[in-house]
Amino acid sequence: MSEFSRGIKRGMPICLGYFPVSFTFGILAVKLGFTPMVATIMALTNMASAGQMNGVQRIVENATFVSLAVTTLVVNLRYMLMSFSLTQKIERDMPWYQRVLISLGICDEMFVLASMEEKDVSFAFYAGLMTMPIVGWTVGTLCGAVASELFTPMIQGCMGMALYCMFIAIIVPEARKSRKVAAVSVLAVVLSCIFTYVPYVNVLSKGGWGMIIAAITAAAMGATIKEVKRRRRVQHSEIDTAGRQKKDYTNTISHL
Amino acid sequence: MERSYLIICMAIMAGVTFLIRVLPLAFFKKKIENNWVQDFFYYIPFCVLAAMTFPAVFTSTVPNGEVASAQHIVAAVVATQVALVLSWRNRGLVVVAIVAVVSAILVEAAWAFFM
Repeated sequence: MSEFSRGIKRGMPICLGYFPVSFTFGILAVKLGFTPMVATIMALTNMASAGQMNGVQRIVENATFVSLAVTTLVVNLRYMLMSFSLTQKIERDMPWYQRVLISLGICDEMFVLASMEEKDVSFAFYAGLMTMPIVGWTVGTLCGAVASELFTPMIQGCMGMALYCMFIAIIVPEARKSRKVAAVSVLAVVLSCIFTYVPYVNVLSKGGWGMIIAAITAAAMGATIKEVKRRRRVQHSEIDTAGRQKKDYTNTISHL
Repeated sequence: MERSYLIICMAIMAGVTFLIRVLPLAFFKKKIENNWVQDFFYYIPFCVLAAMTFPAVFTSTVPNGEVASAQHIVAAVVATQVALVLSWRNRGLVVVAIVAVVSAILVEAAWAFFM
């Protein structure tokens, strides 16, 4: 089997998983007043659920271009990390135009599958891997956007929850495994609520700045606390070794 | 929504998202060593999703162009609880979303029927 068709085969489950997610994005976009065509083009050119969701919210709020660009950057920052990580995983001699092409297919699930490969990832494999998910994502958005006309406003409204619920379903299992993730997520929620509800501070939430500041502050605090603990641990271990050495020394003396 | 505004916004979204993905892969060949940066990058997706979801999820059931009434907010709060419990039990994304949305619809329907 060629590397490309092996990639296609590995990408099929992701495609099936993407369909309902992008379906709800299509419904949400139409609910917010976008045409199915616009929603579909957005899906194809972004391939990023959180980024697209943020984008449609900002556009509806009539956000400034700078705010839209910065929120898009922050929401999709994890793709930069995945891209960094893939630089270690792809074949060393891959030419730049192939790198540019596969960078279009850097998404959470495909990144995970590519990282799990035993050998270095070839262009053909990644190209195959990303093909079906991109199709599923785009077609799913179109179907959701078109089908949303079939639902009453009440049901359409409720379906607007779906993507948020998926975000909850991504965070909670991770937070359960790691108390640090739980702590920074709760901190982000608290800050985000403060920026939305507390008078005067809530001007920040106009255009999505509150969300960015809440997320960056929470992540930076989490990283800083971990850094402080790491340094303290290093100090402690130095003291420990010093103490033990001293004790050994006294033992030696008394022994003498 | 103005047409030119929309087109520029879509170009910004696509452009920024593309640059984020392409720049490291095309130009970066070293490994990231700094611990703080690694931790920050590890936390940021969760923080972004969390801050984006709350408190927006509580008004997410409000249909386009309607005011946030108690009916919609109660339905959203109930469905959020459902989503939290199901994801605590490690149910998949699709299951969590479908069950939560159905419970929101049921609450709204019950509210409309009884109140």
